[in-house]
Amino acid sequence: MNLLIATAGAIDPWIVAFSLVTVVVTVWMGFRSAKTSKTASDFFVAGRSVSVGWNASAISGEYLSAASFMGIAGMVMSSGYDALWYPVCYACGYLFLLLFIAGPLRRFGAYTIPDFAEGRYDSPLFRKIAVCFVLFIGFFYTMPQMKGAGVTLAYIFPGMPYWAGVVLVGAVITLNVALGGMKGITLVQAVQYWIKVFAISVPIFVLAAVYGFYGTHLGANQAPGEAAAPVMAAEVSRHDLPEKAPKDAPWVSPFGPLTTKAVNAAAAALPADQRAAYLAEHQKPYSLLYTYSLIIALVCGTAGLPHILVRFYTNPDGVAAKRTTMWVMILIGVFYVFPPVFGVIGRNLMPELYAGVGAKGTDKVVLELPTLLTQKLGVVGSILSGITCAGAFAAFMSTFSGLLVSMTGALAHDVYGRMLRPQSTPAERLFAFKVAAVLIGGVAITLGCFVEVLEINFMVGQAFAIAAASYFPLLFMSVWWRGMTMKGAATGMLTGGLCALVAAALTNLATLALDKGPMGKVFASFKGLNDFWAAHPLLRILCEQPAIWTVPLAITLMIVISKATAASAPANVRMKMLVLHAPEQLGLKQEYIQEQQAGAGH
Amino acid sequence: MPTPTPHEDRVHSEEFLHTLMRRQLKLSIACAATFLVALLGMPLLNYYAPALMATRVAGFTLSWLILGVLFFPFVWIISWRFIKQSIALEQDEVKSVKR
Repeated sequence: MNLLIATAGAIDPWIVAFSLVTVVVTVWMGFRSAKTSKTASDFFVAGRSVSVGWNASAISGEYLSAASFMGIAGMVMSSGYDALWYPVCYACGYLFLLLFIAGPLRRFGAYTIPDFAEGRYDSPLFRKIAVCFVLFIGFFYTMPQMKGAGVTLAYIFPGMPYWAGVVLVGAVITLNVALGGMKGITLVQAVQYWIKVFAISVPIFVLAAVYGFYGTHLGANQAPGEAAAPVMAAEVSRHDLPEKAPKDAPWVSPFGPLTTKAVNAAAAALPADQRAAYLAEHQKPYSLLYTYSLIIALVCGTAGLPHILVRFYTNPDGVAAKRTTMWVMILIGVFYVFPPVFGVIGRNLMPELYAGVGAKGTDKVVLELPTLLTQKLGVVGSILSGITCAGAFAAFMSTFSGLLVSMTGALAHDVYGRMLRPQSTPAERLFAFKVAAVLIGGVAITLGCFVEVLEINFMVGQAFAIAAASYFPLLFMSVWWRGMTMKGAATGMLTGGLCALVAAALTNLATLALDKGPMGKVFASFKGLNDFWAAHPLLRILCEQPAIWTVPLAITLMIVISKATAASAPANVRMKMLVLHAPEQLGLKQEYIQEQQAGAGH
Repeated sequence: MPTPTPHEDRVHSEEFLHTLMRRQLKLSIACAATFLVALLGMPLLNYYAPALMATRVAGFTLSWLILGVLFFPFVWIISWRFIKQSIALEQDEVKSVKR
């Protein structure tokens, strides 16, 4: 209670008002559209009357998560140039989806990846294996969303502990999904996209007009080889950088702090006189390796995200699926130009964030930067900060809801409805859906409470790395190679995906062990891993960015095992390939999912 | 199931599926190659030509300008071309079967 009174004075009513309106409108719209769509086929088929533009907005709305809205700006501010690979690959990964997967998958008529896995190989067993990764990828994806929620609430209500924000937002969204408020979400997600793009761009235009443009702020950083920064201090009044901030040269140029962390740690463990020689020899090559591994993870991972692929079935046919993908790339590409600008301006004008950790660190730059305007434009600063907070709410709410629907669906339909109780009635399944939603929401909230010191964007990158090594090889190879067998697909997907999963988990545990706060004590037993990595920086890079070895591993295993078990390839594989690739006008399309699913399709 | 017409025989032939998949894959790979050369070439340029990539353009380093801004429209152009050609290709296939 004392805490509440103490913080009440620091709360900005504008920020609270904008955030509250976003939450209320989202919940209200969700319930309104849920009334009109009762079953799974309603959910998907209803979308088919929606135009390509709305559909593309909805996909973009679901895709732009806390990582895009807050995480990229935070990471550009903390690490500089190297963080730009994230927005570029988040947007361009859709090209792989467009070129190799979107059209065929839509023609096949399976709603989800587990549906596809079962239909392509006529194997209910494979469906059960495939469904695991909906949960694995989903949990890695929800952790950063929860951190976004914790950071935003800790910013709006100063003094509120990080975990309280995670629990509050997580509980609201979980209840909303469990009560059925997020079924017919196409319209809600579409509106969320436009809120996000408005919330990220308008503050930038105002900030740039007052404090100088993107290039001007970037120019204030002195690149290596330059005698002085091209933009003088007179034009941009930079604040002094704290001790923890990276220097100008590594920040503004490639191969900076993000990709050289492992080598720098290894150098720090060496005797002082060997450090310079070691860095000169290893820093850039290892950094290049890191960069390539990151690119593979993000580009391939985009094409294997379960909650995004589901949305392609709201397209009437393969051609519309392709058109939608192109519009998604345009919509999110426009969005992704803006977040790095926050990071660049934040470095010059709000460097005190470098000193903060967790919820007080650079991940909140998008929320706090507009308040600078208060000095010059008064209340405009608060309003714009309120707008970015509203955008952040839209970001983690839409993505968390979408993930929760996918994961709950997987648990309720596949695990309960098909494995545990195949004979259950629709009412029982509806109840199972609610229990599953609460269960998954609870796990996501618990995980979210532990990750305060990890960067939002980095965690989402890990979810992409897991998707890249599991679903991407599965989809890509199943669509284009007839020789695939169920055993080959399952072995490759499981091995690649689990390797990526373990690597990502180890990286996070080792980072948490370094925390000076309570998390460091909880995970202290993983401290030894950091010493091991200091001696073997290459292994650390391969663990932190596993895609460069897990994706080829998965594909190689698929090919080798499929060749070895060629006799067990599905008998009617030619017909399946024809359905995947022949234009719809030839009338070969079959709807794989029949109405039997509709009962469970809450 | 209606009785198979001649055009359905053609659709279900091995040869049709083979050409169909090969033509579509060829187009996809051509577009992917353009994209990958640019995307994977960027780190190499940064590695081997750091001075060139650090050239300032309106305050941006060249490297930052390409990755942070110009890369998006580049990908839009690839995807627009791909869609145009793949729709044309599909219509062509439909025509070849119905002939």
